[in-house]
Amino acid sequence: MDRYTQLVNTPIGKTIAKQVGLPKPVALRRYVPGSPVIEGKVLVGGAPGGRLAAPIARVLAEIGADVATPLRPDLRAAAAEAGLDASPWTPQAAVDHRYAALVFDATGIAGSAALEELHTFFHPTIRHVARCGRIVVLGTPPEAARKPAERVAQRALEGLTRAMGKEVGRGATVQLVYVEPGAEDQIAGTLRFFLSLRSAFVSGQVVRIGGDGALPDDFDWERPLADKVALVTGASRGIGAAIASTLARDGAHVVGLDVPALEDDLKAVAAGIGGSALALDITDADAPRAIAAYLRKEHRGVDVVVHNAGITRDRTLGRMDADRWNAVIAVNLSAIERITDALIAGGSRAVLSRGGRVVCVSSISGIAGNAGQTNYATSKAGVIGVVDAYAPEVAKHGATINAVAPGFIETQMTAKVPLAIREAGRRMSSLSQGGLPVDVAEAIAWFASPACGGLNGNVVRVCGQSLLGA
Amino acid sequence: MTPAAPRRAVVLGGNRIPFARSDSAYAKATNQDMLTAALDGLVERFGLAGERLGEVVAGAVLKHSRDFNLTRECVLGSRLAPETPAYDVQQACGTGLEAAILVANKIALGQVEVGVAGGVDTTSDAPLALNEDLRAVLLEANRLKSNAARAKLLLRLRPQQLVPAIPRNEEPRTGLSMGEHQARTAAEWGISREAQDELAMRSHVNLAAAYERGFQDDLITPYLGLERDQNLRPDSSMERLAKLKPVFGGSEGTMTAGNSTPLSDGAAVALLASEAWAQERGLTPLAAFVDAETAAVDYVSGREGLLMAPAYAVPRLLERNGLALQDFDLYEIHEAFASQVLSTLAAWEDPVFCTQRLGLSKPLGAIDRAKLNVNGSSLAAGHPFAATGGRIVAAAAKALHERGGGRCLISICAAGGQGVVAILEG
Repeated sequence: MDRYTQLVNTPIGKTIAKQVGLPKPVALRRYVPGSPVIEGKVLVGGAPGGRLAAPIARVLAEIGADVATPLRPDLRAAAAEAGLDASPWTPQAAVDHRYAALVFDATGIAGSAALEELHTFFHPTIRHVARCGRIVVLGTPPEAARKPAERVAQRALEGLTRAMGKEVGRGATVQLVYVEPGAEDQIAGTLRFFLSLRSAFVSGQVVRIGGDGALPDDFDWERPLADKVALVTGASRGIGAAIASTLARDGAHVVGLDVPALEDDLKAVAAGIGGSALALDITDADAPRAIAAYLRKEHRGVDVVVHNAGITRDRTLGRMDADRWNAVIAVNLSAIERITDALIAGGSRAVLSRGGRVVCVSSISGIAGNAGQTNYATSKAGVIGVVDAYAPEVAKHGATINAVAPGFIETQMTAKVPLAIREAGRRMSSLSQGGLPVDVAEAIAWFASPACGGLNGNVVRVCGQSLLGA
Repeated sequence: MTPAAPRRAVVLGGNRIPFARSDSAYAKATNQDMLTAALDGLVERFGLAGERLGEVVAGAVLKHSRDFNLTRECVLGSRLAPETPAYDVQQACGTGLEAAILVANKIALGQVEVGVAGGVDTTSDAPLALNEDLRAVLLEANRLKSNAARAKLLLRLRPQQLVPAIPRNEEPRTGLSMGEHQARTAAEWGISREAQDELAMRSHVNLAAAYERGFQDDLITPYLGLERDQNLRPDSSMERLAKLKPVFGGSEGTMTAGNSTPLSDGAAVALLASEAWAQERGLTPLAAFVDAETAAVDYVSGREGLLMAPAYAVPRLLERNGLALQDFDLYEIHEAFASQVLSTLAAWEDPVFCTQRLGLSKPLGAIDRAKLNVNGSSLAAGHPFAATGGRIVAAAAKALHERGGGRCLISICAAGGQGVVAILEG
């Protein structure tokens, strides 16, 4: 917790913050292994005619959630079918509860008039969301809508969730999940992530779920990456180290990669999580081939690839020499393309296993742009291009590619930012604070999960719903 | 020697005094006065003067400490033979029906031939207890050896310690009144104000009609100037009910004095016997007391509503008797609050409640509302807690007999998260 957040959460700090109108960040609660996906009352609503009541109920039954639903026959039948002991709920009952989560199936909304269903559900409940509570709205991707009116209404959901994210406060988060028709059974991994404390610093995001496929019956949600091999570039420090340890926590054998100059740090990280260390410079011409060869030889391939390695060489463009420009593009963008090409080459004999996961680390700078970071922003926007370009390619292989775009994360890098800019970075977001490296790592672990085969081509910001680029 | 196989216990009739509103007609009547009056009316009606019955079982919810043997004292004060044994039971509002279960079971087992079950309550002549502080001081004084020490102790008494403890209608474990508990349940089940008012109005209309057609003539004995239940408002209308302010659940609440039972005073008893005893006396059995079930719920954790236990008891009773909820000709669901009745009915129609909480494969379903509380219930008659069971058992048996047979489901919710239900068959 940063000092301001500590201060503003003291009794006197609270009073001053309230009177002066200062941001009021709350100490975010984060996931602790072994804890339930969500504790407290989960209220599930939906517009009539929706198609997700049953899949939502099944996920909530699996995680043993304490659920309530409105007394609508379709919602009640879906809960009963899923074996979910959902208490009944009516707007009159709203005032008596604090909701750990509000979940709304908006797929039934086929026209703008029916958007009123959202008001009916959220109006009596949004002020009763618990501290660090969760709001998840599920809809149909506008481009998959059958009629113009449905497309309009589904597109409108984004405005609601982003605005609720800014209103809800108290560390609560709001997401919109678009579920393609036919992908109803693919929501488990994503719904669990967004309901859990793993998504503590993710808010105001929109993700699309498609695809099909089933998890093994004995799938272990506590160790989703058991028996998987994960490559993490830039793993020796900061966010990369957090990614490595989070994937290891989820059961993966992690191959950490970093430049030879950081080999000692890299080895320490690898040793701490029972992983391996691979020291090389990813911009070397031979690096992609060397990485592919290493993974094939040592592990017969790789299941999860996290392109995290990144550098900054900040200068305003007029003062930036070509070396700064080229170094950043080479590490942050070109290397990702080259390594990915090497790992997916060869079709069914590729180093990346069938159903593999590629996760890139973009940046809020790549979305919003940032003065003094033209090179960096270019490379990170390019990373989004990588996701767009490769998504159809890897899909042929049953694999996925997605990106996370961190906002202000408390690292050694951001600690060097001048105080005023640093404070602005922290406070100019719905959660009014910086995130932690583990927040980025949790989002990556979510994309990496075998349960998330339906996520492909998504870019999710881990930024506490920063105002920048939003 | 093996005991005889169980036999049928039948309800022969009943008697009650009209129920009075609190601090009104019966303000100065004691529990003992009222229960004795109800008993004597029964004795009169069935020619039981001087008879030694198998037993009399009754109770009161609000009870003075001196009434430790209330029912026995009433028997001694009645025209029954003083050799008639008696005992008290107490299960909150389930008292009267639980008493009937006890008597019916003894009859079924052949342990008694005939018995009386009932209850009485007064909210007017309520027991006031010593303030807990004062009680502790007085008990301490009693334990001291010297008068000087006692005087010293008593000098420590303060005026506020002289304020008596008044019995409160609240759950000790939650500190919430029964009405506040039910307001939560009503809100949870989305029971509307209008639906509650409508149920209340039907209760008044049905009870008034029952009086008009003489249905109550052999169920009631006038007492202290009352001939009908004081709470009954035959001219009750939806408009009038709609004007009342919520009394539970805050300003947005749906529960009013009109759709909640008032505090009331009264007593009721029912006469149960073996068929052989009835035949011997030339008395017509009105209905058989077939079976009963009692359930309790965990309302303390908030997982279930305080007054939802009957919703659990009924399906267990149905299962044991191979019946569906719709296999009844009459339903007597005690109207503690209109919303209690409606919440229970809503729960039985809800797939989640029925599959997840009751463990059934499908909802119990709806009942035909035309068969519900056809002669009025507690919203109109009033609800002297322990007296309600006796009122319902006698009236339900008579209603079955009147329609030439059939089956009646009785359901009574009780404080402490309990529910007592039974089946009568004519």
